[in-house]
Amino acid sequence: MSWIFEPGFFTNSTVHTAALAGTLVALVTAWVGVFAVIRGQAFAGEALGDLGATGGSGAFLVGVNPLWGFIASALVGAGGIEMLGSRHRPTRDLATGIVLGAGLGLAALFLYLDTTSSSTTGLSVTILFGSLFAIEPSLIPTIALLALLALGLVVACHRMLLLSSLSPELAAARGVPVRTVGAVYLAAVSLAVSLAALTIGAVLSTALLIGPPASALRLTKRPGLAIAVAAALGVLATLLGILLAYDSYYWPPVQHGWPASFLIVALVFSFYLLTRLPLNSRKR
Amino acid sequence: MFSSLMINTWIAATMVAVVAGIVGFFAVLRRSAFAAHALPPSAFAGAAGASLLGLSSILGLGVFAVGGALIIGLLGRRGRHDVATALTLVLMLGLGSLFLSMSVEYAPEIYSLLFGEILGVSRSELLPIGALGVACILALGCLYRPLLLSSVSAEVAEARGLRPHRIEVGFLTVMALATSMTVPVVGAFLMFSLMIAPSGTARALTSSPPRAIVLSVLLAIATVWTAIVASYETNWPIGFFVGTIGLASYTLSRSWHAWQHTRPMTPAPRQV
Repeated sequence: MSWIFEPGFFTNSTVHTAALAGTLVALVTAWVGVFAVIRGQAFAGEALGDLGATGGSGAFLVGVNPLWGFIASALVGAGGIEMLGSRHRPTRDLATGIVLGAGLGLAALFLYLDTTSSSTTGLSVTILFGSLFAIEPSLIPTIALLALLALGLVVACHRMLLLSSLSPELAAARGVPVRTVGAVYLAAVSLAVSLAALTIGAVLSTALLIGPPASALRLTKRPGLAIAVAAALGVLATLLGILLAYDSYYWPPVQHGWPASFLIVALVFSFYLLTRLPLNSRKR
Repeated sequence: MFSSLMINTWIAATMVAVVAGIVGFFAVLRRSAFAAHALPPSAFAGAAGASLLGLSSILGLGVFAVGGALIIGLLGRRGRHDVATALTLVLMLGLGSLFLSMSVEYAPEIYSLLFGEILGVSRSELLPIGALGVACILALGCLYRPLLLSSVSAEVAEARGLRPHRIEVGFLTVMALATSMTVPVVGAFLMFSLMIAPSGTARALTSSPPRAIVLSVLLAIATVWTAIVASYETNWPIGFFVGTIGLASYTLSRSWHAWQHTRPMTPAPRQV
């Protein structure tokens, strides 16, 4: 067994914290992400995650935990996307992209100011690509609370959300406040990608939001089941990623470990590829 | 500002802007903003990988960007395009971070690849950048009519015997090549801003394709030149200026567009 679980894996408290935070985040992000895939809002999710980099680097500049920065800028971004979303669809992606460009530009500036003012090397890496093993245990209750909040938003309007995702016209005819539901949903996405930014990094957070749900929706068309499968896949990718990252301290070519974020993203991507095999697509 | 070191930057940035303006016109027309956002990070992974192996960075940029385009094309063929794009994007970014974590030069390099570095161009890189740019423009010249047709109406294009998926993959490849020449200058994250913001602005100002292309090229050049000057003066990252100018010009043009289109409707309230 020791060649799978390198010594100390189960007793290391850093690993415990990472596994706990990672599981919570993966679970919630996958749950929220199922609707993002159904609604075709992968780009919005990506933009909100990336905008988190702006807030994260800005928060560091003023000495606040990046998590609050991730959340603040993602929520502002969600407001912007929601406002743009009221216009017709063709310009929506373009406008999202241009706002995202400005946000990333601002992130560039903040990171530059961060590194020149405090000479912290590796900050860009932490904000952009996350550092699962650097999460403080004291942050766990906050993470759990925010995760519950995001989940609460999605669960509270589950039926309305599902209906307005599958058929906005039908939902509107049934009296569902489609725009309000959309706005509440984007708030939930903001919280989810902010949490994912904490574990796998702002620019990689889309992996957990889109990857497991997209794989799950290839396997089943039933929304409830898809949520369960997506959550399971997300948690599996995170925990396996943590395990591999821990083991990778003994891997070539360098003896300092592979980034956990990369391993998680690679696993998420392979799961998606597996569900795209001809075997599965024939059943459609 | 015009020292021999900076001259390379000026030349490279101008070439980059010309190509970004032209490719961007089609990216906006085809609503490929997300793909334009996703390809540069592939190039970033390529540059990181090349620096790890000690290969030419242009080679790494090109191979990975085209690879990313092909993956998006392949996965997006029968599945959901936005999902394929998102997953390719994160995979490539993740690979880039892996490569950089293995190489010695970590933080500064990652930063300049992602957000641009105005002194990042050497004389020897000008020729490949120029060649790639010419190749992109030539390819778009050949694809001009089918691209335009399939962007405006996929059904008509198909009826005429064009294959939309092939055109899509062809266009993604051109965009990937354009991306790989620009990443060293503008950075992986801001490249797409330079591609879509000037052309988005141009499209709001004119509806004629040739005029929009020219306008978008001019705007891209103006954006990059202003950004270089500002970045040189303040020492702030060039990406910041590219992103901000892009948003400003797009917002201005949209407001102008909206104003133009509301004015004729205001006179004489109709009798009900």
